[in-house]
Amino acid sequence: MEITEKIKTENVPKTNAMNQDPIKISVQNLSAYFGKIQVLKNVSIDIPEKKVIAIIGPSGCGKSTFLRSINRMHEVARGTITGKIIFDDEDVMKIDPVYLRRKIGMVFQKPNPFPTMSVFNNVVAGLKLNGFRNRKALKEIVEKTLKQAALWDEVKDMLNKSGANLSGGQQQRLCIARTIAINPEVILMDEPASALDPISTAKIEELIFELKKDYTIIIVTHNMQQAARVSDYTAFFYMGELIEFSDTKKMFTAPAKKQTEDYITGRFG
Amino acid sequence: MEIKSNVKNITFYRRKTTNIVMLSFSFLAALITLLPLIFIFYYTISKGIANLNVNFFTKLPTPVGESGGGMVNAIIGTLILIAIGGGIGIPVGIFTGTYLSEFGHNKFGFVVRFLTDVLSGIPSIVVGVVAYTLVVVPMKHFSAAAGGVALAILMIPTITRTTEEMIKLVPQSYREAGLALGIPKWKTTLLIVLKTAWKGIATGVLLGLSRAAGETAPLLFTALDNRFWSTNIFQPIASLTVYIYQYASAPYKDWNDQAWTAALVLILLISLLSLIFRIITRSKYKTTN
Repeated sequence: MEITEKIKTENVPKTNAMNQDPIKISVQNLSAYFGKIQVLKNVSIDIPEKKVIAIIGPSGCGKSTFLRSINRMHEVARGTITGKIIFDDEDVMKIDPVYLRRKIGMVFQKPNPFPTMSVFNNVVAGLKLNGFRNRKALKEIVEKTLKQAALWDEVKDMLNKSGANLSGGQQQRLCIARTIAINPEVILMDEPASALDPISTAKIEELIFELKKDYTIIIVTHNMQQAARVSDYTAFFYMGELIEFSDTKKMFTAPAKKQTEDYITGRFG
Repeated sequence: MEIKSNVKNITFYRRKTTNIVMLSFSFLAALITLLPLIFIFYYTISKGIANLNVNFFTKLPTPVGESGGGMVNAIIGTLILIAIGGGIGIPVGIFTGTYLSEFGHNKFGFVVRFLTDVLSGIPSIVVGVVAYTLVVVPMKHFSAAAGGVALAILMIPTITRTTEEMIKLVPQSYREAGLALGIPKWKTTLLIVLKTAWKGIATGVLLGLSRAAGETAPLLFTALDNRFWSTNIFQPIASLTVYIYQYASAPYKDWNDQAWTAALVLILLISLLSLIFRIITRSKYKTTN
């Protein structure tokens, strides 16, 4: 009896600690490969709606691949997956990736505003390049999203200047604005603050806290303090496996697994 | 400070001397590179300026023995030839380059890339003969269109390879940003990647156009020459380069002088083209990074 218990918990790390929250994305037995190299091993996780979920783990543990497979960005890097990712009752592999990515937006590690576009056009790039041309509506969207991204006051007088002229932190908030301008339901963030200074990082964290009212946010981070500060739930990945997924408070005070504890306390990784 | 060892002292001076010698060589090499250009400008300007007047830009060539006249038909002819060549060569070159960079990571891409390099090494006179066979023979007469096709073939490799290299320089993160915004791949490629690389691509286009504008050999088999005013692209057409060839090798002094003027006008035309390109591709934004 004891042995079966142990096998059960170790081999099937399906954790449903937050079953009171509605599920936005359900990942089932996800494995990911680049060529013959397997980077994710049988990961199952239920992402609750309008919460912040932090993904932590040492480099190369598959965090980014996990994040990218949710909006099928892994395909851009020629990755393949098995298993299922259910987004609002639909298998993401059956949704057209272009459509899926409008519903599940993504913010990258390095701020990457389009250098040939103004601040204004950067914010509405996703709309404009998809044929939305109503100038008046675009103006409203730019103001609204920049306010949402806590950037409006800093850039309202330079909307027609290049986005590349902003500081790194401002550029990253511009990228967040660009992502929320197309009105997604989920925002994936791949270490959004790792290239930024502490003050800009704090601003991004405050922003994440504000955004979770409207969006489900999954954030990959190397910074455990950041995970503890911004997230409601934390998932710990190690060597392509999901080791533990639970309430952030619980994870950082009383982790269930030894590996998690070792990582959090800085004994490895 | 005292230098303790004599050996150190010698190496110190040797190092300094080597540095001065190498630097002088580099400077000399740079000067030698510049010299032909200086001579070209000096000769074309000093010999060509005498005939550079309004007549040259407004009048048709005069018959042998009659002085005066201009080369308006050749100037327009060259422009028409570049326009036809560019009209075919620029889109084909840019789209091929885009294909190679964004989608050509396969055997077909490898073959295209290799053949483009081969094409860029083929002598222009051979391209002229090919255009003759492809266009002049079926049409049964020489024409501006045939000349344009020959020039397009000459432009394509330059434009293709520059486009590919410039697009490769666009960071992957912009492509990912576009795709992650739910922008289809073709739009991301065209409106984000190509737009970001546009300045470099324009340089390639300009190189291609300038090279084509300066070609003579392929035109001899295709556009031929025309002593009269013609803008019909299905008729033979005059061009500055062919006129330079004919006038410079003619036994008449005034023709030789006019050849110099034609050379000067051709150089000015290419410079003007370059200037126009710089202006239209000037970035709207001064980027700091």
